[in-house]
Amino acid sequence: MRFLLVEDNVQLAKAVVDRFKLDGHAVDQAGDLETAKDCIEITNYDLILLDIMLPDGDGRDFLKAHRQSKNGTPVIVLTARSQISDRVGLLDLGADDYITKPFDFSELEARCRAVLRRQGGSAHNIREFEGVILDSTAGTLTLNEDVRVLRNRELRLLEVFFFSPGQIFSKSHLMDRLFSFADDISENAIEVYVGRLRKKLENSSAKIETVRGLGYRLVAGI
Amino acid sequence: MTSIFDKGSIRRRLTIQLFVVAAILSLAFFLIVRAVAGQAASETQDNILAASATSIADSLYSDRGSIKLELPYSALSMLGTISEDRVFYRVLIGEQTLTGYEDLPSPDAWPTRSETVFSTFDYRGEEVRSVAIVRSVSTGSQQTKVMVVVAQTRLGLAAISSQITVTATAVGLGFFLVATALSLYAAQSALSPLNRMALSVTRRGPKDLRPVVTKSPSELAPLVDALNNFMSRLRISLAQSEDFIAEAAHRVRTPLATVRAQAEVSLRRLEKPEDKKALREMIRAIDESSRSAGQLLDHAMVSFRTDSLETKELDLAELTHETCRALSPTADVKDIQIKMDIPKHKLPIKGDPILLHNALRNILDNAIKYSPADSDILVRVEEDENYRVSVIDQGRGFGDTDLKQLTSRFARGSNVEDIVGSGLGLTIADEVVRAHMGSIEISANSGGTGACVSLIFPRS
Repeated sequence: MRFLLVEDNVQLAKAVVDRFKLDGHAVDQAGDLETAKDCIEITNYDLILLDIMLPDGDGRDFLKAHRQSKNGTPVIVLTARSQISDRVGLLDLGADDYITKPFDFSELEARCRAVLRRQGGSAHNIREFEGVILDSTAGTLTLNEDVRVLRNRELRLLEVFFFSPGQIFSKSHLMDRLFSFADDISENAIEVYVGRLRKKLENSSAKIETVRGLGYRLVAGI
Repeated sequence: MTSIFDKGSIRRRLTIQLFVVAAILSLAFFLIVRAVAGQAASETQDNILAASATSIADSLYSDRGSIKLELPYSALSMLGTISEDRVFYRVLIGEQTLTGYEDLPSPDAWPTRSETVFSTFDYRGEEVRSVAIVRSVSTGSQQTKVMVVVAQTRLGLAAISSQITVTATAVGLGFFLVATALSLYAAQSALSPLNRMALSVTRRGPKDLRPVVTKSPSELAPLVDALNNFMSRLRISLAQSEDFIAEAAHRVRTPLATVRAQAEVSLRRLEKPEDKKALREMIRAIDESSRSAGQLLDHAMVSFRTDSLETKELDLAELTHETCRALSPTADVKDIQIKMDIPKHKLPIKGDPILLHNALRNILDNAIKYSPADSDILVRVEEDENYRVSVIDQGRGFGDTDLKQLTSRFARGSNVEDIVGSGLGLTIADEVVRAHMGSIEISANSGGTGACVSLIFPRS
């Protein structure tokens, strides 16, 4: 996905950008509202992540102007304030969703996907491997007109493989990608999800191969 | 020193005080009227008695050396004008009675010529008032002293006096009634500015902190000033604390977000399992502190809003839908599906949407947190005489925790040490529900796994 992050705290912005890049997203960062406006004019983003307290104004004013300009790019507000006081105002102003800092990236991704799904998808989020089409926004796998719905963790796992076909991913790496920090899950849990993906990929020419002692990789083959 | 007046109503206190003053004044008024009038009546009798005695004395004459008296009719008739009182008289020369009642007592010491001696005594079974005067009558060569004593019973005076008493009583009573009525009115009107002020303060909404502008008498001005001063301080302080909370949240959460994001990035780069474990624990600590901070702020906000509840017409079905939708991405991350069993029609309820949303969110958030991956959460809204919003999960339940204790602050189940939580979620939900006259029900599912938390609201 292609994000615009509007956040004035340099360290936080850098950390968020780095984190998104790890998952293969493209993120531009704007430190103030002026820069953000320029970015929107030049580039077509899937989603804008907007902070509220910015050096040259209030993110809510930007949100209002953004909605009035008929720009359809969805906005998710990153708020550092109390959920209660912000919630109503933000949604009324036209935010598509909001998330409180600090946030779990997999939840933010899930929210982004939910917002994009409501919008009707995004061309940036479709990947193809050996005739199998993965639509990250819709959360579907299409092979030969056959659409299979993926659950969130299946989707996230499959995204890892589709992003770098042929690359071997260790169980521990996949665990980091898949599970939130609140869960204490054994590495064996990965096997369960890989098993499910293999089932979803049945009858296609893409398959997830076990590399003994190293992990898994996506390869072509029956 | 405290008295019974220190508590209770000023009006009653004023009324009682004015009432007592009116009673004392009325009594004094009564006594004075009776005394003055009695005095006047008794002086009148004395004057007539003196005039009658003088008239008798004036009609004394000497006839060939002896003193004669032709009792003038007027002397006795003027006494008769007062009432039916009996009149006695005695004219003495020395110890000898010239005429009249011989047993009518006379003063032992003869008055001098200019003196008029009054006295009161019992005579023939009745109280009489008598006057004695002395005249010198010349009988040829020498002057003979003659004493005239006139006495009259006091029945008329008693009648007058009792009439005066009746009148004085009536006047006193009238005065008392008028004074009491006036004191009630005075108490009322003295307190009316206070009542007006109290009304203007109580009528305003909970968030109206504008100064009181009721016209008030100068005595109340310090109070009004103090009140206005206090309200403006409160307004400033509230605004400051709201700003402060926002600022504090911003200051705390932004660096936490930075650290969390950096930790997630670092986690990808680390290879050693023990390093990863340490980093995971760090992230959990960050989550815990940010969650606690958030819940504390939410709790403060909820307490503030429930104290001054502002309700509006809402649709509970839509509100529940909305909350489920808002949390479904959170559930999605764990492959948890939120299933909804909510009536299609409107479920009107009066409430504070932000509070209700937050209560429901807390319950649902708990359910997601404690549910295993790949499970379902059922959100069901039922309507009978109440609305019942139930969140049923397939999580670990509450263990053997006393379910009644779970809504108290910072209380958590006995089986949740491994999951980040502040123990405020159910407290917040409970406070919100109670502010809406509802209740919360926590139970274990019949199947043995999971819990059911129901928010019950009366139908409006």
